[in-house]
This record gives sequence, C-alpha cells and structure tokens, in this order.
Amino acid sequence: MAFDVKEHFLVPRHSLLDSDSVEQIISELGIDKSKLPKIPKGDPAIKEFKPKKGDIVKINRYSPTAGKTTYYRIVD
Amino acid sequence: MKKIHSIDFRVLDPKTIRKMSAIEIKTPDTYDKDGYPMDGGLMDPHLGVINPGLRCKTCGQKMKDCPGHFGSIEFVRPVLHPEFSKKLELIMQSTCQECGRLNLPDDKLKMYESKLEKGDLEVPTKIVRKAKTAKECEHCKAPKEKILLDKPTNFFLGKERIYPTEIREWIEKIPEMDLKLLGYDLEITKPEWFITSVLPVPPITVRPSITLESGVKSEDDLTHKLVDIIRVNLRLNDNIDAGAPQLIIEDLWDLLQYHVTTYYNNNTAGVPPAKHRSGRALRTLVQRLKGKKGRFRHNLTGKRVNFAARSTVSPDSFISINEIGIPQDIANDLTLPEPITEATIDAIKKKIKETDEIQYVARPNGQRRKITDETRDLILEEIEPGFKIERSLQNGDIVLFNRQPSLHRLSMMAHKVRIMDGKTLRINPVVCKPYNADFDGDEMNIHVPQTEEGKSEAQELMYVQNNVISPRYGAPVVVLEEDGVSGVYILTLDSTEFSKDEAMKYFYEMGIKELPKPDKGKNYSGKLIFSQMLPDDLNLEYTSNTCKVLKKTGVCTSACKGDKCPYGAYVKIKDGVLETGVIDSSSLGEAKGILIDTLARQYSSDVIEKFYNMVNRVVSDLLTKKGMTAGLDEYEMSDKIKKASESSIENALKEGTKLVKKYENKTLDIIPGKTLQESFEIGMMRLSAETKEEIEKMIMSEKVQKVLGKNPELNTTVMILSGSRGSSTNLMNIAGFWGQASVREGRPKRGFKNRLITLNEKDDVGLITGGFINQNFMDGMKGKEYFYHSMGGRQGEVDTGVSTKVSGYLYRRLANSLKDLFVETDRTVRTASKNLVQYSYGEDGIFPMKSIKGKSMNVKKSIEKDL
Ligand SMILES: [Mg+2]
Ligand SMILES: [Zn+2]
Ligand SMILES: [Zn+2]
Ligand SMILES: [Zn+2]
Repeated sequence: MAFDVKEHFLVPRHSLLDSDSVEQIISELGIDKSKLPKIPKGDPAIKEFKPKKGDIVKINRYSPTAGKTTYYRIVD
Repeated sequence: MKKIHSIDFRVLDPKTIRKMSAIEIKTPDTYDKDGYPMDGGLMDPHLGVINPGLRCKTCGQKMKDCPGHFGSIEFVRPVLHPEFSKKLELIMQSTCQECGRLNLPDDKLKMYESKLEKGDLEVPTKIVRKAKTAKECEHCKAPKEKILLDKPTNFFLGKERIYPTEIREWIEKIPEMDLKLLGYDLEITKPEWFITSVLPVPPITVRPSITLESGVKSEDDLTHKLVDIIRVNLRLNDNIDAGAPQLIIEDLWDLLQYHVTTYYNNNTAGVPPAKHRSGRALRTLVQRLKGKKGRFRHNLTGKRVNFAARSTVSPDSFISINEIGIPQDIANDLTLPEPITEATIDAIKKKIKETDEIQYVARPNGQRRKITDETRDLILEEIEPGFKIERSLQNGDIVLFNRQPSLHRLSMMAHKVRIMDGKTLRINPVVCKPYNADFDGDEMNIHVPQTEEGKSEAQELMYVQNNVISPRYGAPVVVLEEDGVSGVYILTLDSTEFSKDEAMKYFYEMGIKELPKPDKGKNYSGKLIFSQMLPDDLNLEYTSNTCKVLKKTGVCTSACKGDKCPYGAYVKIKDGVLETGVIDSSSLGEAKGILIDTLARQYSSDVIEKFYNMVNRVVSDLLTKKGMTAGLDEYEMSDKIKKASESSIENALKEGTKLVKKYENKTLDIIPGKTLQESFEIGMMRLSAETKEEIEKMIMSEKVQKVLGKNPELNTTVMILSGSRGSSTNLMNIAGFWGQASVREGRPKRGFKNRLITLNEKDDVGLITGGFINQNFMDGMKGKEYFYHSMGGRQGEVDTGVSTKVSGYLYRRLANSLKDLFVETDRTVRTASKNLVQYSYGEDGIFPMKSIKGKSMNVKKSIEKDL
C-alpha cells in the first residue's frame, strides 16, 4: 500500500555521503556549509537513511541542459 | 552612520507613548486669530518646526535639524485599536470573564506548555480552537457566555454590549502563563495595550499645513482627523463631569471610537469613511502606506531620477544602429560633468565665453553655480584646474536608451548621441525588435550616465553592436525587419542588375573606394553590390527561406541541388562574395539569420555595425527606385486557378456528403482511440484542409514564376518568399478561399441548438453548414460565411487578450524572484545573501549570449571546418 516516492520517474536518485567524502566535497567546493541548499530530515526521498543534521545528500539528476548533473544538499 | 542590523515590530505601550510625548495636546484649535499656533494645539511648536527660521521649542534646533517630536492625547475613556480587535476577540473567546484563565483543564494546559517549549508554533491556534467550545470555566466554574465581535470594534458578551474599560479589566486578569500559551511574550507585547488610553500625535513634519496662494491655510488630513478626536474627547469629558445620562456618554464614546478607527484606517469595513468638507474621503494612516499610490510602491520602490528624458520615437535608417537622434531641446537640458584640467581649461574658457553649452561650474568643494550673463565674467576669472563643469549633451556622448516594459536586458541598451532637428528621438529600425518598439506613438526614455565608470560600463556591456546575439536563445535579435529583408531580397535576386551610374551611387553610399569590375557585361549584378558589404574572408553555405517556402508549397519537389538550385535558393558565399542564392530571412531574420549570426560572432562588433549601415542605405534607395507594390490585380487569379478552385470545392462538397452519410450510417472508419463523432469531425477538418492545400500550392506556383523570372513583379510574393512578412496562407485567404472556420482546433459547434446559425437546418452536420467558407477576401464573403469567419476571429481576439495578461504577470513573478541571483567568481549561482542555488550556471555553465542557440558549440560546423 505504501507508495515509494523513490520509484517515481520524477524523483532523482538520492544518496548519503559518508563523512570522508563530506569533508572532501566541502573542501572541493570551498564554500561555507551554511550556504548550501538544504533538505529536511524527513524528506521522503532520504527518510530511510536516517540522516542527521549536517549530513550531505548527493542527488544525481537529469538536466535538460547538461544531461546528467550532481547536486548536493545539506540535511537540516 | 550606523548600520541597521534588524528591525522588529512591536506594539507601542502607553508608558512609552507618554515618555516620547513632547507635549499633551488638549485644544482642538490649531491657530489663533492672528495666525500663530495655539499652545497645546495640534500645531504647537513643541511638535517640531516647518517654517524656516523658526526654532523648535523642544530641541531648539532649526527646521533642517529638528526631526520633529511626538505629542499625545489622553483619552477620558479608552477605545479599541481597530486593527487589533480580531486578536482581542480570540483572547476573550478562549478565556474566562470571571477569573481570566484559559478555558482548558490544567492537565491540557500543561501538555500545551511542553509542546510550546518544543517550538510548536501551532499551539496558540490549537488552544483557541479547543477553548472556544467550553460551556463553563474549567477553573472557577463560571458559565461561559458567547463573545461576539460586531466589526470592527463593538463587542458583545451574550446579548450585552461590553465596553473597552471592561475588556481591559478582563484582559488584565489573564495570568502570564496563559497569555504565553496564546502566543504573547509579555516582555514584548501586553494585549491590554490593544486598548488605547493615550494616542501618539505625529510631529508636524508628518502632517505639514499648506498655505495656498490665496493665503488660506489648509491642514493635512491627519490634522483634521486629530482635531475631530480631540473635540469628541473634550465633549465626552464635559459630559462625564456634568453627570450626563449614561446613554449620551455611550454615544460620545462610540463617536470617539469611530474617529480613532478612521484615523488609523479610513477604509475599515463596516465603517463609513470620514469625509472632507468637499466630500472627498480623508487619506489617513493606512491609506498613506497601502497600495500603488502608497508610501512603499509609490515613493520607496518607485523613485524618479535626474538626467533622464522621454519622447516619442521615430525611425531614421540613415543613422547608425548604435546612434540615437536627440532633439536639441533635450540635449540642452541633460548635462554631463567634466573635470577642468590644464589641458582643457583654455578650450573650456572659450566655450563659456562664446556658447551656452556649459551650464554649471562646480568648485572642488562641490558648490555649484549656474552660468548666466551676470555670473559669466566672474566665473571665467575664478575657474582653474580642479573645478568641474556641467555641460550639455554633445554628439558622441553615451546614453542609455529604454522602452517599457523592460522585460529583458535588451530593453535597455547604450547608444551614441547624435543631435538632430525635430522633437522626437530617432532610432535605426534595426533595434525595433529588441526594444519591441514601433512608431505608432511609442515613447522611450534616455538616461545619461554621469561617471566615467558608468560610461565605460555602458559601452562594454550595453552597446547595441555588442548585443546582436540574444542572451536568451543565443541567436540574433538586432535584425532587419519587413522592408529591410524584402529590400535585400530584391537586391540579391538573380535578375537584379544595375547600370554603371546606379551602381556608382551605391558604392558611394557604402563608402567603397576600390571599384569592383562589372560582372554582367557593362552592368553590375545586385549580388555583386551586396558582396561589397561582406568581409573578404567570409565563407558560408546554407539553404535560404525561399527554398523552404518552395518545398512547403510544393513548387520545388526535387532533392536539393545545392548551388545548382534552379530557383537560386541555395546561398553560397565564398571569400566574401555572394556566388549564388538570394539573401532573405534565413540570412537576416530574427533567431535564424545565419549571416547576421556569423558576422556578429566571428568579427569585431564594428563589422556588424558597418554591415547594417550599408544595408540600410542601399536598401532604402533601392526600394524607392524599384518599388514594392501590392496592387489589387495581384489577387486576380487566372482562369485556370479559378476553374481548379471551383472544381475542387465541388469535389470537397461531394466528399463531405459521403462522409456525412457514412457517419449517419455508422459505417465510418473509426480512428483508434477516438469516438465515431470525433473521427467524423477530424475527417471533415482534414477534408477541408486538403482541399485548401491543393489550391494554395497552385496559386503559389503561379506567383513564384513571376518573381523568379527575368522581369520580376515585386509584390506580396516577395514578402512571402523572403520571409519578411506574411505567408502563402494569407495569400490563399485573399485570392483563393478561406476554408474551414475553426474554434479551438475544431469546427465551431457552439451556437444555437443543433446548428451553428439559424440559417441552417437543424442537425445538418455537412461541410458548409459546419463552417466551411468557400469564398475569399478579394470577392468578399456572403452573410453565413461572414458569421462563420467571425466565430474563429473571436477566438483569436480572446486568446491574445488573455495570454498577454496572464503571461505578463507570470513573467513578472518569475523575473522578480530571480532578479538578484548572480554568478559568483567560483561559477556557482548565488542569491543576494550568497546562498547557493546552482553548482554551475544552468547546470552546464553555458552563457547563453555566447552560445550557439543554447549549445556551447556547433559540432557539425566545427567538423566541416576541420575537414
Ligand atoms: Mg506601438
Ligand atoms: Zn525639535
Ligand atoms: Zn473562571
Ligand atoms: Zn532548393
């Protein structure tokens, strides 16, 4: 009965970064963590990962201009 | 200066109001009979000064320095603040009138308390919803009566009216914790302050009185309102002192409430607006702030600027695309600052002496003086390097030019000033497209950048020739339109030739110094003349718009023969020479113009500027000499077409009747996924479309011969082939027949019961009765057909009306939400507060203005180039 949003074609693939890659990504981007776009803890696409505040979610999505893109959101 | 970190809004408490009050206002009179402000009146000089020279009685400063001071009015009886009566209603609905506690059991309150601590913002709403329903108090068991608010300010407890004094007593009883649960932090706001016992009186600077020319003083609307309030307050006081009956006191109390209500908001629902003696409604506090004419939208967001001008625009193809013709009157008014240096002082002195070009001189300390006949000699002696002058606009100055609505960045571009006769602003018609301007009375604005930074920024970023490629779709927007395209088309037709004399004129206009050799015996071909406008190393090959039209209308059915095209529709430019093909909208037009695109991209920006200048000059002359005419005889069809048209309509009618029969017998082939009726409607639409197409092709093929032949007729067909305006459908509608009238992609069906118009039989679904028009504009339509045509016409009219309105607002919302996003130096897209929006602009990091129709490169072209 429960509808899994992740199965829907409009929902891109979300995955949680481990702490090593978080550090790496942050230093690569060279940007303050507080300026990153946010995602709520309870977002249906990441709920199952049991994310903590400050975790970074990697989103692989289709882009009409660039084909494939990666986007990062910080768990809020 | 101090920086404002944040602003928060609170309710002003009576203590603060009294503390900031410079004087208590007790008299309703403003001035005495000698015209001096009354002591303790609304114009008391303690409230600030508006006459220069006078000093403020509170701070002792003069007009410029005194900020103005608040006064106060003490009410004999308190009244409600009308904007807070809703809040009071909620508080009273959920508390007990006897003990002041929330009407919920203690355990529930404990539960909400912990929820509130966890940061649940919904708690107050939930409590009010629950507490409202209680029949008696949970704490003192007193029965709960219904609270009713008769908007905006009259409260009833059960059937009894309760007055602000009673309300205040009630509110004051409520314990702090209960108020906290209702969302009030007593440190910030106490709800009893919603009941006003002292009213702040704004400083005179907020409501200055105006002396009319006749010498009569006229007071501000706020002052009028305050006078009313003081008057009623005094009367109420007198009546209470005299021991007047309760009824009279209550009436006056209500009157005081009315005046206070309208003082805050003269448009309060349920209250008649207070009127001026003339009958005009007063503009009180809320009106001053609210709406389009309010302080925010009128004065703060919409400021007026200096160094700007506005006038009607008209075309001038003889000025450059980046020039703007400015009337002398405007140029005299607009000024530009210029420093006086060792190098320029002599020239400037001479100008001051001999002309009126220099209007002001400013000393290094910023002090400005106007140059008049009286001051001229003095100024001439005084000036030295380090001074500044402000001079009138001159030829060659950079100005910004704008047309509203400013929907994209090309709505404001930089132009070079060219002072001209007349009163209108002149622009080259090539820039009509980006501004979306025409010359039916459009007005446009000029702004003059005052600093060197401003000027060079305008020149680098906003110059017309630097904006030929649209930043939206990466293809030309500064383009020739209509006549321009038709003219170049005629110039480059295979048949166009010029005698030596004619050609010389064009070479002269173009500024050609080395004459090319004639290529048509003694004559020069149009293509040769056009080639002179192209850079020498230009190489291009593509099919023209003419080719597309010929293919579409079935005139040309063979595979493309390239530069051997019999219709001369294949463009080949080799080393800057137009070898074959005709230049039309696929070379020059908006969003497709390949030639313009190449010139703007591959060459420096003055190449495209020069190209347009040459085209404009040659084409305007060519069009006046060759002439492009639309004569009526052009739409007179040959007998062959007339006969074909008649027979094919006849044929269509027959086919239509057959379809109707099949539909009625239900033997019609049903299109998969459609019903019988839908299939029938589609069949009928298709039938009329096919009939129309057939005739359209016939007409076009006959017309095309006349343009592509030896002695071309220059008429509507030129416009269709070149793509400058109109299509074969328009020609068909004029000379052939209209065909099926359509409403919402189908045959019109709404109208009368079971028929379109009452002239038709009921339930007749045939071709003619379903809206088929077998007549054209040339012969004119008959009655029935005219109505069919109007059904389709109406839809078009409604659609344009609705879509401009809807899309305009949609665009505004979108643009406003995105307007302060920017690309940071690390190439990420950020908001104004540097929050990240995209990791790379547009996810692909491509700047559309430098893109090729949105792509970073044209792969096919690059490969071709390398091969
Ligand atoms: Mg117009
Ligand atoms: Zn003062
Ligand atoms: Zn009670
Ligand atoms: Zn062709």
